[in-house]
Amino acid sequence: MSQKTIQVDALESEAIFIFREVVAQFEKPVLLFSGGKDSITLVRLAQKAFFPAKIPFPLMHIDTGHNFPETIEFRDRLTQELGVELIVRNVQDNIDNGTVKEETGRYASRNMLQTETLLDAIEEFGFDACIGGARRDEEKARAKERIFSVRDDFGQWDEKNQRPEVFDMLNGKIDLGQNVRVFPISNWTELDVWSYIEKENIEIPSIYFAHKRQTFLRDGLIWSADDAVVFRDKEEKVEERMVRFRTVGDMSCTAAVLSHAVDIAKVVEEIRDSSISERGARIDDKRSEAAMEKRKQQGYF
Amino acid sequence: MNVLKIATAGSVDDGKSTLIGRLLYDTKSLTDDKLEAIEEKSKQRGFDYLDFSLATDGLVAEREQGITIDVAHIYFSTRKKSFIIADTPGHIEYTRNMVTGASTAQASIVLIDARNGVVEQTYRHFFINNLLRIKDVVIAINKMDLVDFSEEKYNIIKGEIEYLASKSEYKNQNLTFIPLSALKGDNVVTTSENMPWYKGETLLHHLERLDAEDVQEETQARFPVQTVIRPKTSTYHDFRGYAGKIYGGDFKVGDKIAVLPSQTKSTIKSIHFFNEEFVRAKNGSSVTITLEDNVNVSRGDMLVKINEEPTITKQLNATICWMDSAPLQASQKYYIKHGVNDAQAKITQLNTIIKTDFSGKIENPSALELNQIGDIQLKLSKPLLVDAYNENKSNGSFILINPKTNNTVGVGFIR
Repeated sequence: MSQKTIQVDALESEAIFIFREVVAQFEKPVLLFSGGKDSITLVRLAQKAFFPAKIPFPLMHIDTGHNFPETIEFRDRLTQELGVELIVRNVQDNIDNGTVKEETGRYASRNMLQTETLLDAIEEFGFDACIGGARRDEEKARAKERIFSVRDDFGQWDEKNQRPEVFDMLNGKIDLGQNVRVFPISNWTELDVWSYIEKENIEIPSIYFAHKRQTFLRDGLIWSADDAVVFRDKEEKVEERMVRFRTVGDMSCTAAVLSHAVDIAKVVEEIRDSSISERGARIDDKRSEAAMEKRKQQGYF
Repeated sequence: MNVLKIATAGSVDDGKSTLIGRLLYDTKSLTDDKLEAIEEKSKQRGFDYLDFSLATDGLVAEREQGITIDVAHIYFSTRKKSFIIADTPGHIEYTRNMVTGASTAQASIVLIDARNGVVEQTYRHFFINNLLRIKDVVIAINKMDLVDFSEEKYNIIKGEIEYLASKSEYKNQNLTFIPLSALKGDNVVTTSENMPWYKGETLLHHLERLDAEDVQEETQARFPVQTVIRPKTSTYHDFRGYAGKIYGGDFKVGDKIAVLPSQTKSTIKSIHFFNEEFVRAKNGSSVTITLEDNVNVSRGDMLVKINEEPTITKQLNATICWMDSAPLQASQKYYIKHGVNDAQAKITQLNTIIKTDFSGKIENPSALELNQIGDIQLKLSKPLLVDAYNENKSNGSFILINPKTNNTVGVGFIR
C-alpha cells in the first residue's frame, strides 16, 4: 500500500458525490450518453463513484442517425468493455411514425428532434433521473441550471421557478411522472474536462483529434463534406483541411475547427489559447438569443 | 481543478454584472464570439457601452426586465487560479436565489454603490454572508468614478460596514474594502491611478491570493455514509465499502471510529478512491472506507472518531431562512434533509424573526414569510447526528422540504 494522502480534487469529489446521491435517491436512473467528451467523462466518474462495483445504471444514447461513425464505433466498444447495458433509441423512428417532422433546407438539423425521442424513452423505461454531461460554462441558459433540475411530465424546465439548491444537499423528491435531469459536471469548464481526460488518460473518439477531412465553408464555419447529411449548395467548394471537432453533436449542426492538435496534450494547449467558445461551432445555438432556453423548456437535455 | 467559488451580492444596479463582465474582459476570459454577441446586442439596444449583463442574464425574462432572477455561474481563470462566480440577484424577492448562490461560496463580494452608500439590501446581503459564515468578504465600493474618487466617501461607507460587523455574532470574518469602478476598470484587475490614497490590492489580486482550503474553518472528522458498495463479484466477493464525502477533518487507516447512531466501535481498514488505496483522506474527498469489523452500516449513518462525536438529537434549535411563498407555520410537518440523511420534522415553535439590519428580533411571530429569517425549534421523527453550524458547516445545516409540493422551502443553520 502506498503511504499517501488523497488530496481533495474539488470538482471530481463533487461529481462523485452527486452520482452517489442519484443512486441513493432514485429508482431508475440512466446516464445519457452521446459518445462525446463530456459523457465519456461522466462514465469515468460513475466508475469511480461505485468502484469496485459496476456502474449501477444503464447508458442511453438518443441516436439522431446523423452521428459521426467514429463516435458510434467508440460507443459500442466502451459499453462492451465496461459491461454496462446500452439502450439506443433512434430519432429516425420518430420521423417514421410521424411524431416529428424532419427539417429541410440549408440549416436542417436533427438536433431539436432528439427531444421527442428522449421524452418517449423516459416514458417507455420509466426513468426518474437522467444524468447528463451539460456544463454551466457552455451557454448562458445552462449557466442557470441546477444540479438536480426538475422536469414535469412534458419534460418542461420551469426556469423562473427552480428549487433552491443550497450547500450540497440535493432534493430528489418528485411527483409521479416528473423526472430529474442531473448534471454532475455542472461546475466544470471545457478546459477542466480536457485536463481531466488528459490526467486520467481516458480514451476518446478520433474525431476530437486533428485529421484531414473533406470540408466546405459556410457562415464562417467549417463543415464536413464527407457525409450526405450535411446540406451543401453546389457552389460551396469542397477542400481538404486539417481539422478537429470540439463538440460531437449531430453532424448536421456541428462544425469543425482548424487544428493541428493530434494528441490530448496539444488539445489542452489549444483550448487554453482559444479565443472562440466551444459552442461557437454549434449552429443550432445561433438560431436566436434564447435558442438553448427554448429547447430546454421543451424537454431538451 | 481546485477552484475558488465566489458569490456576488449587491442591490439592483450596483453593478454586479458589470463587475463580472469587467473581470472576464480584463482577464481575457471572454471568447471572441461571446464578446461579439455582447457588442452586437448592446448596439442593438442603443447602449453606448458594453452591457455585460447580457452575458450573465441567461433567461429571456431577465433580459426583458433587465434584472437578474436566478443565479448564473460564471467561470474564469487566470494563470494563477480558477474561479466560479455565482452572479446572484439583488432584488429582495429573489433572496432565496441569492442564498442558493452564496451557500457554496468560499468568498463573497458585496457591492455598494458609492453614491448611495449602505442601503437596506446591503444590510440584508451582509447579514446573509454572516449567517452563512463566509469567511472572506470583500466590500467592493463601486462607481467611485461618479463620486470623484472621494476618499472621504469611501471612509464613511467603510465605517458603516465596520459598525455592522461589530454587531454580528460572526467574529472570524476577514473584511476587505476595495474602492473601484467596474465600468472604467479602476482597481478591478489593474491598479487605479485615480485613487492614489488607496494602498490595498486590486480585486483580482485579492481573490488570487485566497486559497479555497484556507478559508475553511477547522472541523472534527465526519463521514456520513451515502451508499454501501457491495460488488459481490468473484474478485471482490467480500468487499463491503462505505461510500461518502468527508464532511470535515480527516480519516486515516487505523483510526478508531464509532458508527453512529448505533455507537458500534471499529477501526478503519482501508481507504479507497477508485483503483487506488490511500492512508489518509482529507475533508471534501469522496472516498470509500472499509472497516475491520463486519458491522451494520447503512445510508445516513455516520463514521466519526471516538471522543469526537456530534450531538445525537431528536430536537433542533435552528436559524432558518424561509424560501417558499407559502409561509412557515408552527405545527406544520416537513421533511428535513440533513446532509445525506432525512427524517420528518415538525415545527414546534417559531421563536423570532431576525431583522437583517442587525436591529434585533421580533418575538413570537405567527408565521415566517418568504425571504424572512427566524429562529425555530423542531421535533424530529428520528435522531439526527448534528453539529452546530459554526462548528461544521456541512453537518450543521439542513433543508426543509414541503411533503405536498416536494419543494425545498427553507434552509436551516443549527444553533
